[in-house]
Amino acid sequence: MTAVQIAALVAVALGGTAVVMAREPARQALVASVYGFALAILFLSFQAPDVALSQIVVGAVALPAMIVFALRKIIRREEVDRGEQ
Amino acid sequence: MSQRARMVVFGAGVLGFAAVLVWGLGGLPDFGDFAGRYGQYLAQHSLPERHATSSIAVTTFDFRGADTLVEEFILFTAAVGVVALLRVERASEEVPAEPEARRRPTARSGALRSLITAVVAPTLVLGINIVLHGHLTPGGGFQGGVILMTALFLVYLGGSHLAIGRVSPMAAMEASEGVGAAGFALIGLAGLVIAGAYLENFLPFGGRNHLVSGGDIPLLNIAVGLEVMGALLIVVAEFLDQRLLMREGKL
Amino acid sequence: MSFLPYAVAAWLFVIGLYGIVTSRNLVHLVVCLSVVQSSTYVLLLAVGYRTGGTAPIYADISPSKEVVDPIVATLTLTDVVVEATVVALLLALAVQAHRRFGTLDPNEMGALRG
Repeated sequence: MTAVQIAALVAVALGGTAVVMAREPARQALVASVYGFALAILFLSFQAPDVALSQIVVGAVALPAMIVFALRKIIRREEVDRGEQ
Repeated sequence: MSQRARMVVFGAGVLGFAAVLVWGLGGLPDFGDFAGRYGQYLAQHSLPERHATSSIAVTTFDFRGADTLVEEFILFTAAVGVVALLRVERASEEVPAEPEARRRPTARSGALRSLITAVVAPTLVLGINIVLHGHLTPGGGFQGGVILMTALFLVYLGGSHLAIGRVSPMAAMEASEGVGAAGFALIGLAGLVIAGAYLENFLPFGGRNHLVSGGDIPLLNIAVGLEVMGALLIVVAEFLDQRLLMREGKL
Repeated sequence: MSFLPYAVAAWLFVIGLYGIVTSRNLVHLVVCLSVVQSSTYVLLLAVGYRTGGTAPIYADISPSKEVVDPIVATLTLTDVVVEATVVALLLALAVQAHRRFGTLDPNEMGALRG
């Protein structure tokens, strides 16, 4: 096992724990983006460039964006409800 | 069940599960000693038989094409599910889509808008490049489709919404998704009709490292790229209350 | 030390499961589910790795060189993109649940009434 693989594995384990421990969804979206990059580096060190490319475009860009969109929809509904009361 | 009792049950369950998992994983061959012969056979026969240099692409679309067909339809179904959930909600609710009078550019600062506008075209070209070269280098329909979605989404970020001439953008994206999903299945049917087996590679294979090589793998890459781009753009548009894909003047 | 990849995969699974069980927010729960999914990717790629092997792209290497397994890479790369759309579906369900119950806390949500 090369040093890059060991470092990437440790980073992924710590990143996963950080994603679970971040209780606020808005903060969790950013931590998930960093976790996605750590996973991509791990996949690159495992000699799988296709998977790393997939993980970068999805886990670091599309997934946090969707979390933020869902939060926006929820917050907007709460504003409308509070405005109507 | 109270929270404390639930945590006790979970703790006992997860400890037992982790013990069995670690014991099971310990029985695997050592890391790096994988001796599976099917994978090696596929890797060695992808270049001589299909003239495509990326054996991952050949495995995805040719040797294991049926798995990719099912995965692609999972993606299609999930996108349809999101549309069904959120569009029905909007039809019957009090929270309106943003009215036309209040529509203004998404990004407030001019510098940000200029930067985003400058980046849209290179991203589009990058996405098309990755889709078309999927059988030669790392990439393909899945990755390129997400990049294409990002390029079109950047148009919304830099401006105020996406307009495609006189065609309704929402209909264009839905058509793209449908053409991609159906295209994959129909190319498989063509393989059945022409070559005798579903998803059998029936086009000429071309030379090594050529852009047109690998039989129908480039066509399948294009179909998947269209489908992924359409599906993700529709999902994002539904979350943004369809502000992303509005025609001039009305939804 | 050669057990480290499998240990990391098992750890990600367990910590994701813990996050799901103790979650107070439906959106946080869905992201913890994606952590559980990523543990399967790590396990798949760790199983298919060969020491000294390189990526299975034959554009510039000779066909007799040792390569890592391409099948697990195929399974993982299609799964990564499909996961994003399934997470979007789950987030749409969370938005609907918030609309129905007015809260995002799984403990506060009552049973579905007719």
